[in-house]
Amino acid sequence: MSRYELRFSGAGGQGLITAGIIMAKAASIYEGKQAVQSQSYGPEARGGASKSEVIISDGPIDYPKVTQCDALLAMTQEAANKYSHDLKEGGVLLIDSDLVKNVPPGNFKTVAFPIINTAKNDVGREIVANIVALGAMVALTGQVSRENAEKAVLSSVPEAFLELNKKAFSMGYERAEAAAKA
Amino acid sequence: MSKKVAFLQGNEAAAQGALYAGCNFFGGYPITPSTEVAEVMSIELPKVGGKFIQMEDEIGAMAAILGAALAGSKVMTSTSGPGLSLKQELIGYGCIAEIPCVIYNVMRGGPSTGMPTGPSQSDVMCAKWGTHGDHPAICLTPASVQETYEEVIRAFNLSEKYRTPVMVMPDEIVAHMRERIVFPEPGEIEVTPRKAPTVPPEQYKPYDTSFGDVPPLAAFGSGGYKFHVTGLNKMQDGFPTTKAEIVQAEEERQVRKVDANVDDIVQFEEYLLADAEVAVVAYGSTSRSARYAVNAAREQGIKAGMFRIKTFWPFPDKQIKALAARVKGFVVPEMNLGMCALEIERNAQGKAPILGIFRVDGEPINPDQILEKIKEVK
Amino acid sequence: MAFDYDKWIRPGKLPHIWCPGCGHGIVMKGLIRAIDTLKLEKENTAIVSGIGCASRLPGYMDCCTLHTAHGRAAAFATGVKMAKPEMNVILVGGDGDGTAIGGNHFIHACRRNIDMTYIIMNNYIYGMTGGQFSPATPTGHKASTTPYGNPDPNFDIAKLAIGAGATFVARGTAFHANQIDKLIAEAIQHKGFSVVEILDDCPTTYGRRNKYKSVIEMMNRLKEVAVPVKAAEKMTAEQLQGKVLTGVLYKEEKPHYTEEYAKVIERAQAAK
Repeated sequence: MSRYELRFSGAGGQGLITAGIIMAKAASIYEGKQAVQSQSYGPEARGGASKSEVIISDGPIDYPKVTQCDALLAMTQEAANKYSHDLKEGGVLLIDSDLVKNVPPGNFKTVAFPIINTAKNDVGREIVANIVALGAMVALTGQVSRENAEKAVLSSVPEAFLELNKKAFSMGYERAEAAAKA
Repeated sequence: MSKKVAFLQGNEAAAQGALYAGCNFFGGYPITPSTEVAEVMSIELPKVGGKFIQMEDEIGAMAAILGAALAGSKVMTSTSGPGLSLKQELIGYGCIAEIPCVIYNVMRGGPSTGMPTGPSQSDVMCAKWGTHGDHPAICLTPASVQETYEEVIRAFNLSEKYRTPVMVMPDEIVAHMRERIVFPEPGEIEVTPRKAPTVPPEQYKPYDTSFGDVPPLAAFGSGGYKFHVTGLNKMQDGFPTTKAEIVQAEEERQVRKVDANVDDIVQFEEYLLADAEVAVVAYGSTSRSARYAVNAAREQGIKAGMFRIKTFWPFPDKQIKALAARVKGFVVPEMNLGMCALEIERNAQGKAPILGIFRVDGEPINPDQILEKIKEVK
Repeated sequence: MAFDYDKWIRPGKLPHIWCPGCGHGIVMKGLIRAIDTLKLEKENTAIVSGIGCASRLPGYMDCCTLHTAHGRAAAFATGVKMAKPEMNVILVGGDGDGTAIGGNHFIHACRRNIDMTYIIMNNYIYGMTGGQFSPATPTGHKASTTPYGNPDPNFDIAKLAIGAGATFVARGTAFHANQIDKLIAEAIQHKGFSVVEILDDCPTTYGRRNKYKSVIEMMNRLKEVAVPVKAAEKMTAEQLQGKVLTGVLYKEEKPHYTEEYAKVIERAQAAK
């Protein structure tokens, strides 16, 4: 079965739901696949645990939630601890190396780089950390092409921030590629 | 020309569906997890000359849409659990006064405040039994973003056709899930207009049964029609009565509008049921887990199928009765403690056992749980 | 020439349900004189009510009439007015309906300043259910549920309306019948949410519990306590003790709701 499952997890306010939506949009609108995005969140607008799940498939998707995760993004230690256990063997774990100090053990490939710091120092705005993370997830999962993902990013963000987001996406994509090779 | 597509949330699709159906008045009150509907309507309605109003409370929102409907508007409100409880008073008013309106209710955990962001399917009984007194009930339970869009349109059509409130009740997963949606062209999906009076104002009666069980409805402030509307038991001219034979006949007619048209209203999907020995009966997001589980069961050589409820009320009695006569058992997964299961039990009349999977912990029912239960049917 | 009330009464709908001596009929006649003077069109006028004795009024009137659920008149009427801003929308009801169960809708209709007129017949009691105390029942008075005297402080309905943002607030009494139509007519002509409180009497459930020997005595009380606003200006606080001000108590010109929403539509369409 072609079903591919991604989970974007961390804290409320990190923009993970948006990152998941753009990933799913890239797959279903631009890549010609099918995709479903769902989320679970707490009552808080900021802080609290947050997760966004994306299922990508060549055919219809019935169950919209993760059963066995292919790729996990964890932007907090808590999220890494909580969700790494149902990561598939051979799956991918992407973590922010500044925030997740204890790398969870398991038969999956872990890729780490300072996601938030990349956004803050290299792109110039911390607020685009989710797009840096998205770029990285696109590179690591290979479910959608870089071009289609970038189109999805650009169609989802305000016009005034197109360049900023484009830069964030590219930087995330390239950092992840480099980190995965290392 | 290729059709317009978008990647939308269930709630956003509901708002778009309402606009397609010609909704021009929305009364809302903020409540998780349905607020996005109000937000989209507040943006879109004024663009097309429609009206959006955020009322002081849930009851006020329900009252405002009923008032606007009597003034000729096509109306909707959206809410969730506690809001549905509050709206029940005036849902009953809509039923007895026979006012077309759509109530979009996202099912979250309950009772009371419960789990505002957690999914649930525990409002389905409330949709039929929530308001007091005998009354017609129509409730649709969509399972995808596209279907939410289409079922909201169907809800508007049914509400006009039968002149009664119609509920659309996705669970929180369907309401917040995002999928690709293909928009129909204008005119592609039929939109039912309100049945307007054919008699001059001086002869008009708002409940004139000489036009059948669903009398035409005029609008305040249009065409010179002036009439009386009340929540009391009424006569054909709209004025209150306590005359036994009139009250009896009118109550029966109101319920008959739905009861006599079950086949027109009830929609369902049969998936791999032809040779099935196990019938999973599911609705909303749970039916998506069920489909996954049925496929997995088939791969293991188990003859499982799914009956997917699209119209929860009126309940597909006839279909469930027929299934009960030929399957070994039912599996009923639902995010409540067995509400749909009760209806199946009522119809199965002991002919087939019912194995329930009832979750009220705010977590979805996953395919593995259903598959395990399918295997238990002997 | 005698005024012809019948032209606004729905044929065949009288007699009304009100008890002998009840002031609601006086208010209805005042309303009829007012809307007739203003030459309102029947098919373009909606009278909306909640539940209670006073709320039965729309059923007798020959225009678009909506008898809603208990307390909900203002919310239903808001829907009617938003859908058809060109309609004249008049709300009628009692003190319990409007300020207890309907209190929230009432204050928010005031706040929105939506162009409707609300006539509250305040007879200090829930009459239809047999005389329970309402938010308007004076402290110490008797009702079927305050057998030892009412412990609750009562609302000043007109002040409540002013505080909540109504832009026209007037008060009259069922005794001062000739003033009623003038107050209602001015209220209807006012652009914005207007409230006319009419102090009324309920001889059946309030009067007999509170030692009024007759309807005449109740009417005389209304006559005695009422002080026109103008006259009150020349009176001392001591003289005003136990009195109630009547006439136009408050008036302000402010943008009203449907006018403001029309601007929302304009802005939305400009941004399209």
